Amino acid sequence: MVAFMINGKSTNVDAPNDTPLLWVIREHLKLTGTKFGCGAGLCGACTVHLEGQAVRSCQTELSQVAGKAVNTIESLSAKGEHKLQKAWVAEQVPQCGYCQSGQIMQAATLLAANPKPTRAQIVEHMNGNICRCGTYGRIVKAIQRASKEA
Amino acid sequence: MNSFINDTDVSRRGFLAGSTGLVFSITVGGWLTAKSETVLAQSGRSNITAWVKIGNDGSILIYAPAAEMGQGVNTALPQILAEELDADWSKVVVEQSPHDAKTYGNPGFGGGLTTVASRSVSGYHDKIRLAGAQARRVLMDAAAVKWGVPIAELTTQPSMVVHAKSNRKMSYGEIASFAKMPDALLEITPADLKKPANYRIVGKSVTRVDMKEKSTGQYQYGMDVQVPGMLYAAVARTPVEGATVESVKDEAAKKVPGIVGVITLKDAVGVIGSSVEATKKAKALLEIKWTAGKLTGYDSGKTMADYVKRATDLNDKGLVYNQVGDAPAAMKGAAKVYKADFTSDYAYHAQMEPMNVTAKVDDDGMGADVWVGTQAPDLLAGVAAGVLGTKPPQIRIHQTGMGGGFGRRIYPDHVAYALLLSKASKKPVKVIWSREDDVAAGKLRPMTAHHLEAGVDKDGKIVAWHHRLVGEAVIGYTGPPQRLAAAKGLDDLTMEGSKFDYEIPNQFVEFVRAREGNEAALAAWRAIGSGYNKFVIEAFLDEIAADQKKDPIAFHMALLEKDARARKVIETVAKMSNWSKKREGTYIGFAFNHVWSTPAAAVLEISLNKSNGEVKLHNMWSAVNPGLVISPDGTKAQMESNLIFGLSQALKERITYTGGAIDQSNFHDYELIRMADVPEVFVEVISSPNEKPTAMGEVGLPLVGGCVANALYKATGKRMRAMPFTPDRVMAALKA
Repeated sequence: MVAFMINGKSTNVDAPNDTPLLWVIREHLKLTGTKFGCGAGLCGACTVHLEGQAVRSCQTELSQVAGKAVNTIESLSAKGEHKLQKAWVAEQVPQCGYCQSGQIMQAATLLAANPKPTRAQIVEHMNGNICRCGTYGRIVKAIQRASKEA
Repeated sequence: MNSFINDTDVSRRGFLAGSTGLVFSITVGGWLTAKSETVLAQSGRSNITAWVKIGNDGSILIYAPAAEMGQGVNTALPQILAEELDADWSKVVVEQSPHDAKTYGNPGFGGGLTTVASRSVSGYHDKIRLAGAQARRVLMDAAAVKWGVPIAELTTQPSMVVHAKSNRKMSYGEIASFAKMPDALLEITPADLKKPANYRIVGKSVTRVDMKEKSTGQYQYGMDVQVPGMLYAAVARTPVEGATVESVKDEAAKKVPGIVGVITLKDAVGVIGSSVEATKKAKALLEIKWTAGKLTGYDSGKTMADYVKRATDLNDKGLVYNQVGDAPAAMKGAAKVYKADFTSDYAYHAQMEPMNVTAKVDDDGMGADVWVGTQAPDLLAGVAAGVLGTKPPQIRIHQTGMGGGFGRRIYPDHVAYALLLSKASKKPVKVIWSREDDVAAGKLRPMTAHHLEAGVDKDGKIVAWHHRLVGEAVIGYTGPPQRLAAAKGLDDLTMEGSKFDYEIPNQFVEFVRAREGNEAALAAWRAIGSGYNKFVIEAFLDEIAADQKKDPIAFHMALLEKDARARKVIETVAKMSNWSKKREGTYIGFAFNHVWSTPAAAVLEISLNKSNGEVKLHNMWSAVNPGLVISPDGTKAQMESNLIFGLSQALKERITYTGGAIDQSNFHDYELIRMADVPEVFVEVISSPNEKPTAMGEVGLPLVGGCVANALYKATGKRMRAMPFTPDRVMAALKA
């Protein structure tokens, strides 16, 4: 049993210590907004926040989150009212949409640390997240749009 | 959200309990979005037609028949229907249509439920307009009867029937409370349809219906399916196509806590367990010996060398794919003949969601529920029925969202595993392929070699064109065999894009079919043959133009004198890119293509790091005319996606085989384009509102190979003729 906080609530998960956090979140806790893309930390689809930092949940073992706070896309805003989510809709970013939870969670940590990032800072921060549909240009625009919101 | 079956049942009950009028077959097969679930549960709905239900609250449910995989088709098709229905778009909710090809099939693709080849909007357009107009007519008829007035005196406003004479209005929601679905649909003539000039939904960039769910993690993909009592399965599939399991040592795998069973199948060993992590761990502990398979020993590098030789050997006759005039005679009489050889490598779909499927086989083994994101539910039902020895209607498909399709999700090669493992365990089983599994079982765009010849007259005008393509037939792998036999071996997928509309009087295109009966694992792939065929055509034209000291754009215009739509997109992109501007340190390349009746053109601006061969992408301008544009922004998004996807395959993506297995395994050795790599992309969408809509999902990708090759020529003075243009190849060209 490993105890940690998920989206502000405490939870206990009965799984081996080396279980990737990704599968704990998706299949044990049934929070399927976090996606499996590569299982190797190469695509960013599984990005979540661990103590406020963006991490690849496929590369994070359950034991590493013991006693810590994990946040997923579901906690950003249940109604999609986070400024990034609103900007994502306004810029019509998603196509297949599969990578977008990871993109948004990655972007959220940028704006938390740097509310007015330059384009170069956005690209540097987001470069680990692949979008096969090629929505990169719109992702940049959406982050810029969100950064203009108070 | 956590339980598909339960949610669906709840919605279904909610619907049936609250509904009035006829009971329509909203079976458990329908895939309900969170949005429509809520609406269905809250309000009763009347079936206006098989395509439209209207709630007493005025909400309008429209069935979307095609498979949404990011291309926006579940917004575009309902837009067309809502336009003719004269609906208030803000009241529209969209739901996937039931799996019923008879009602919802695509007339543009043989009447089936298959979402491929950019055929949804063009194929469904007329049918869906009629469906919208018929639903509007049902509402008007009901209002006419209610008011006792002739239908000819009625008009509509958004979601409202109007009788101007008596100054009365009735909302669609109000009408729905008493309207009855007619026994036979009323005939609609073209005169009943709206004039394009009066469109207010078609031609508007409406917010896509799936945006919010895709920005909040709520959108449901196949990977997200949760069925009560479900087990997980990992599948160790043969790394060599056609090989089968000879023996397996599974003692260690079986000891992993949570493992329920290890099942040996023909070409795979399935590990069933109560958690994903258990099945992954156990799978890694399997020791499997494989028999030889049909691809054992296959080495794509050696084969490519053979292809290149065959391409240049004109005595190695191919199948005639296109013949216009007499190209061999015209070539002999030409003042000058140009020749060039090109190659392109295998490419993998790399859809972000690895293949997965959940199945629950019935107790008697003669039917199943299958939860899956598929581009081809009919095909999947057929394959699944074959696996169980039953009939396709016994396969109840629950369509889910798709984390990318690009052709990969046409092929249901994963469904058998879920069915067999569910049958063996008597439980619902969710099969998840790892990324490594997904690459190893990749269904590829074929590897090709090309030899091109063009003869010009004394004025430099092209009078003869000869294109020889050496490669495998895609259908040779995918089947059905009768399709290829009927086409006499001329594979439309491999050869896609090798025909063109350039005004060249004599053309001869040959398909030199390689590895017949022993094809690698191939499939439809975004734009398929057009990806490489347009590359070689556009790169070759650029070579001819350069030799004649002609501007590439002027050269193209001379080949398209009669094609106003094509000329317009070229003129547009020339203007957008400021084509004739002198540039310092950057280089531009142009390409045009005309795939599936949609003309498109692009200009790419690059610079080159000559010390490491890396291409830096600066700007890309593109113009496209897909006839009637349904959603300008949706069209733009498709073009952006095409160009970025196209740049990825033109610069990075390469699959090779050694010893019969694919060498690459994940995104470290099959790299995709990333944010730091992409150029600024500018797209101009030109609409021809009085024409039919034409293809849009794949028309931009084929522009890219030519653009990159032609820009690289400007940057280096060398012709690079092997796609992808990886840094090692660029360096080799620079040193040559």
